[in-house]
Amino acid sequence: MKNGNIIFKTMPSIHSTGVTAGPLEKKKSVFAQQFDKLYEDERCDLPTNEDGHRQLMYDAVMIALSKAKKSPEKIDILLTGDLVNQMTPSNFTAQALGIPYIGLFSACATSVSSMITAALFTDAQYANWIVAGSSSHHNAIERQFRYPLEYGSQKGATAQWTVTAAGAVLIGQNKPELPSIQCATIGKVVDMGMTDPLNMGSAMAPAAMSTLTNHLTGHGKTIDDYDTIITGDLGSNGFKILKALANESGLPHTKNFRDAGEEFYGKDPTFKAGASGSGCSAAVFFSDVYQKLCKGEYRRVLLIATGALLSPLSYQQGDTIPCIAHAIEITRDGVDTI
Amino acid sequence: MISIYITSFIVGGLICVIGQLLMDVAKLTPAHTLCTLVVTGSILDGFGWYEPLIDFAGAGATIPITSFGNALTHGALAEAEKHGLIGVVTGMFEVTSSGISAAIIFGLIGALIFTSKGNI
Repeated sequence: MKNGNIIFKTMPSIHSTGVTAGPLEKKKSVFAQQFDKLYEDERCDLPTNEDGHRQLMYDAVMIALSKAKKSPEKIDILLTGDLVNQMTPSNFTAQALGIPYIGLFSACATSVSSMITAALFTDAQYANWIVAGSSSHHNAIERQFRYPLEYGSQKGATAQWTVTAAGAVLIGQNKPELPSIQCATIGKVVDMGMTDPLNMGSAMAPAAMSTLTNHLTGHGKTIDDYDTIITGDLGSNGFKILKALANESGLPHTKNFRDAGEEFYGKDPTFKAGASGSGCSAAVFFSDVYQKLCKGEYRRVLLIATGALLSPLSYQQGDTIPCIAHAIEITRDGVDTI
Repeated sequence: MISIYITSFIVGGLICVIGQLLMDVAKLTPAHTLCTLVVTGSILDGFGWYEPLIDFAGAGATIPITSFGNALTHGALAEAEKHGLIGVVTGMFEVTSSGISAAIIFGLIGALIFTSKGNI
């Protein structure tokens, strides 16, 4: 490994995925039809928002396992994360599943950082079956990072809407007919000195650009090698900035760029600059993108999940927002093409 | 008669515009915006300028949160005249006690009846 660029020699495959989402996503998300399970109740019929959050993650994992006809006992490691303090929804999910577990925090980039870690375990032959994933719950995360819902706080046009969704993937040894993980790039923390937690897309865009450039140069790729390069949750503002940065740095075009956060709720202005949250990238990558890979509509994609590594305390103390982006390259081309 | 409705509407609206600007332009948090307006109302009354505003705009000046700051200073000054320095402390909550009690009681009732929702 050099400069964060990793090549997976055995090309671990993504055997199945599971995506769950809340009632608002059922009504408003353009991807709702592609999700596996949608709840009628915000708390998944449990007493608290945090309980609902845990249920989302648990069900996403169980759905991924059931599609591959696996039981939790067959799984070697569970690698998940979320945005709640000390990641209790993930911790409780791991407790309920009884799978050996490591919690991972990369904020909204956890969907990809957990996949990279899972692919490393698989590539090194330490594990046969690993579940990776991440989740977020709007009500729980608003309370954690901004204001409790009861406060009825206003948001500006740059604000993004944390999604209520969870996504899980089952990663195992290579199977040539399945989408497989060929290489990845671990991002560096990029901090452009932004301090507004209601404009995180703009803060994260330079981190996405840094990781994209590093991935292309490190692995000797061009953007035309990919059917799509999809970022996690930059939202409409951050996505515009990323495309501008790409144009400035001499990339020939950005027509195959997508952003999960920008697309998630369509063009509905209620959601301001679009969706965010660690469930956002997971839900879109593991439903829409994975299904297109399986169908052959996409042959090679680059997933770049972006995360703002702030805490409520850090921004209240006036600190800047450090951001990160992790990239993973998934392909339908067989092992022989490496 | 009709003019008091117009002036109260405009003055009340302008105070809210200031609050909105504090949040959108000055990027203050809602809590900081609220405190700024309360303190402003309190200072204005210290100079004796808030009462004339109430005479001019009626509810346009009494409904916004600046009026709460005005009431704090008002009570403190009134009691200070009667009881000296200790009156400043006791008087502060004399006029405002109904407002504070109402906030607590209605807050409790609201919390008992309703559950917060993230849905739009």
